[in-house]
Amino acid sequence: MSWSGPTLDRVLNTAAAWTLALLWILPLAYAIWTAFHPAAYEARFVLTAPLTMDNFAKAWSAAPFARYFLNTFVLVSLILAGQFFLCTLAAYAFARFEFPGRSLLFSLVLLQLLVMPDILIVENYKTMRLLDLVDTIPAIALPYLASGFGIFLLRQTFMTIPKELDEAARIEGASFLGVLWRVYIPLAKPTYLAYGLVSVSHHWNNFLWPLIVTNSVDTRPVTVGLSIFSAIDSGVEWSVINAATLMTSGPLLIAFLLFQRQFVQSFMRAGIK
Amino acid sequence: MRVTFKRDWIHSWLLLLPAMVFLFAFTHIPAVTTFINSFYSTPRGRRPAKFIGLENYERLWDDPVFWKVMFNNLWFALGTIPLSIALSIAMALWVNDKLAGRSLVRMAYFTPTVLPLIAVANIWLFFYTPGFGLFDQVFGALFGWSSTNWLGDPATALNAVIVVTVWKEAGFFMIFYLAALQAIPVSLVEAARIEGASRWTIFWRITFPLLMPTTLFVSINAVINSFRLVDHIFILTDGGPDNASSLLLFYIYEVAFRFWETGYAATLTVALLLLLSALAIGQFFFFDRKVHYK
Amino acid sequence: MIKSTFLKAVAATALSVSTWASAHAVDLQFYFPVAVGGKAADTIQALTDEYVAANPDVKIDAVYAGSYQDTVAKAITASRGGNPPQLSVILSVDMFTLIDEDLIQPFDNYLTTDEDKAWVDGFYPAFMENSQTGGKTYGIPFQRSTPVLYWNKEAFKEAGLDPEVAPATWDEMVEFGKKLTKKDADGKVSQWGVRIPSSGFPYWLFQGLAIENSATLANAEGNKTNFDDPKVVEALQYLVDLSTKHEVMAPGIIEWGATPKAFFEGQTAMMWTSTGNLTNVRDNAPFDFGVAMLPSKETRGAPTGGGNFYLFKGASDEQNKAAVEFVQWITAPAQSAKWTIATGYVAPRAETWETETMKAYTADFAPALIARDQLAFAKAELSTYQNQRVTGIFNDALASVITGKKDAATALKEAQAQADGILSEYR
Repeated sequence: MSWSGPTLDRVLNTAAAWTLALLWILPLAYAIWTAFHPAAYEARFVLTAPLTMDNFAKAWSAAPFARYFLNTFVLVSLILAGQFFLCTLAAYAFARFEFPGRSLLFSLVLLQLLVMPDILIVENYKTMRLLDLVDTIPAIALPYLASGFGIFLLRQTFMTIPKELDEAARIEGASFLGVLWRVYIPLAKPTYLAYGLVSVSHHWNNFLWPLIVTNSVDTRPVTVGLSIFSAIDSGVEWSVINAATLMTSGPLLIAFLLFQRQFVQSFMRAGIK
Repeated sequence: MRVTFKRDWIHSWLLLLPAMVFLFAFTHIPAVTTFINSFYSTPRGRRPAKFIGLENYERLWDDPVFWKVMFNNLWFALGTIPLSIALSIAMALWVNDKLAGRSLVRMAYFTPTVLPLIAVANIWLFFYTPGFGLFDQVFGALFGWSSTNWLGDPATALNAVIVVTVWKEAGFFMIFYLAALQAIPVSLVEAARIEGASRWTIFWRITFPLLMPTTLFVSINAVINSFRLVDHIFILTDGGPDNASSLLLFYIYEVAFRFWETGYAATLTVALLLLLSALAIGQFFFFDRKVHYK
Repeated sequence: MIKSTFLKAVAATALSVSTWASAHAVDLQFYFPVAVGGKAADTIQALTDEYVAANPDVKIDAVYAGSYQDTVAKAITASRGGNPPQLSVILSVDMFTLIDEDLIQPFDNYLTTDEDKAWVDGFYPAFMENSQTGGKTYGIPFQRSTPVLYWNKEAFKEAGLDPEVAPATWDEMVEFGKKLTKKDADGKVSQWGVRIPSSGFPYWLFQGLAIENSATLANAEGNKTNFDDPKVVEALQYLVDLSTKHEVMAPGIIEWGATPKAFFEGQTAMMWTSTGNLTNVRDNAPFDFGVAMLPSKETRGAPTGGGNFYLFKGASDEQNKAAVEFVQWITAPAQSAKWTIATGYVAPRAETWETETMKAYTADFAPALIARDQLAFAKAELSTYQNQRVTGIFNDALASVITGKKDAATALKEAQAQADGILSEYR
């Protein structure tokens, strides 16, 4: 079989890729359509439909989305920083040291892969109340900071790093933390990137716990703001909810469009294994 | 020697201390409380919880809804995990290839990652709506199908939820496969081509085995998600009709936060944990033989 | 259980410290749900601000708490965590649950004067059915609704019906529905006669049918249901027949959220839905529409719906007094009129309808009066102890019949048996 020129195989592949892409972009396309057209065109797709910005104005006035966006940003950064810090230290201990209780502690970590904080809401709320943290951004973040998944993932990566590099650095006089900083963390960059993406995407979407533990505009994330539109009594107003969705997801989408090449390449260059 | 050993011990305990404090405070202690609560009745008002032994577990055994959501959840896992992994590999292969309009296609696959599920569920609700919904409009115009009540029929409701989940997950997993594909040396694939191997053979003999570590990563995520992703069910079907699209975590939420039966909810949670542990152990054994870390 | 005692002690200390600290101004926290889109939250916030501006000795923190479901979850979680709000708007049907959880107190303790008692009597009796039990008042009606029938006048005209007359009986609804249902040669329906949404909580609109057939789903004490009453079975059979026998309604579970849109798009000529939709329909229907009471069988009838104010336990005497004063203020005619006009909820006191603002509003928009007039026939929404669980069982039974998995009599009998199992301990 020849690999140059448009073979049937290639045409089929391209067609399949494009079909799937069209299916995948449908929700976004629909969001854009409804957000820029009056509500009457939510289910009518005619090219002559008038354009409008009213939906954005309505969504903007319904909730302080700028503040919510900032809160989400702070929340996600806080969780990510906390997770990187805690998981790195723990993973390093599991990957490179022998100590009593190691396997017991590691199985306790693995247990957290399964016991999702999402199902321990009542107990965790009691703890937050005890710590006097209800209605703060840290309260949303705390249950997720020590992540079993993160520790497991980093430990796997750290274990693949050759011992010789570790020993060489020690001979040069690096302390055990110095070795972590100079050898392990740089070599695990791809894992950080992959894990960071999972974490950001999860907490960007998280809804139930933030809703329960926060009370005020100053602490609530975007998802809680968006839920105001899923009202039952008045029916779904797709044009407004989609305008709100675009406003909140827009910055990320545009950033991805602009920096697509850089983003994908840096991700690829890192190469996750 | 003894001294270094001891210093290592102290170092590692210190390294572990912060993470362990958080794990115990927000996972283990609450989980143990939950486990203990599963042997108690639900406290209501002035009637405190009392020890009832295995009564909650007996109830669970006899609860038809529990078995229904359990079966649903297995079907959901079987529907979402292989499909979203297979699709994400296909997507990554296409986008990694020289494809016309590659960056547009890539962006399309990426969109589920940035759109919050709670907002996107409303869009899917429109797609599925009988009559004026997108699917009915399109299928009606193309094939002349009559109206289909995707979410309101017990035969299709769960599958409709699965489709949304696969849409959400495949686009996300694609990113990981894309990165892994880039790390496969081009020379390996070239050599195989020169020897006349077909694309299909190259994929199964070279690419797929080399993607195994990513598949492990992705499938752990997929398994966890198949028991965790319930946000869209709230908007799409609310578990209905007659629990046809309810999943285990959704049922736990319902029992705990709608029926306020914390004792029974604790029991259901214990059941979910046992199930997940069994799956996790199985998965580790399965992949242990297939994945080769350097 | 040492831990919980400890928690309670800590919570009590924290509470007394915070009451002491705010001795100069009373702090109130108040949860509210939003079930009708963005404007409702703004209106509540604006009203709260207005009150606080006029009463500098009270500070009110109005917390948007999500949907009704989210709000009750949040209130109970917060209470169990030792941090209850002082006031919350929660579904009227959650009254027994909240009593059972020992979280709320009757308003009577703070409504002692004759004037206060007269004030309680000023609410429509239909709304008070879900708000009082055992001679005590636990809920003050606020964002209350009731289902009504909306019809598309243009579609009626097109079908040769009088566009000004809605069906008054079950039989008429079927008869009109048959004329209104449009099918093409392949049997594909482009317009249904009627739409009674049934996703999530089918019991509510179904209860309309049951009441019209003179059935009562649950007793006033909230400890006995009558799901297998032959009249209930008959009502359910009628609902199913609309799709299967008469073919005037789409088969299967019908989505709530998409119902107004289906009406605007001409997919259905009539719809049953909450008065909470009035404002939405007025703004978005591209045709002339009418609003009518639900059709009758043996009698007219409809359930009430929506949320009440509840007074939570655990607050200081001062806070409770301030909370009751705030509730009295926000349900007073001037405020209530603003709220009703912004949202479409039914003003729960007769005097509100006598204000100039409301008169001007109803003169311009007569349909708003239908809901009020229907209150004369309305009954309490289904509410029992362990309410969500019992209605959950009932919902599942209704869904299984609507989707054709079970017949009405069997499903309802099973549901009744399950409900009896739960409620027997409350008798």
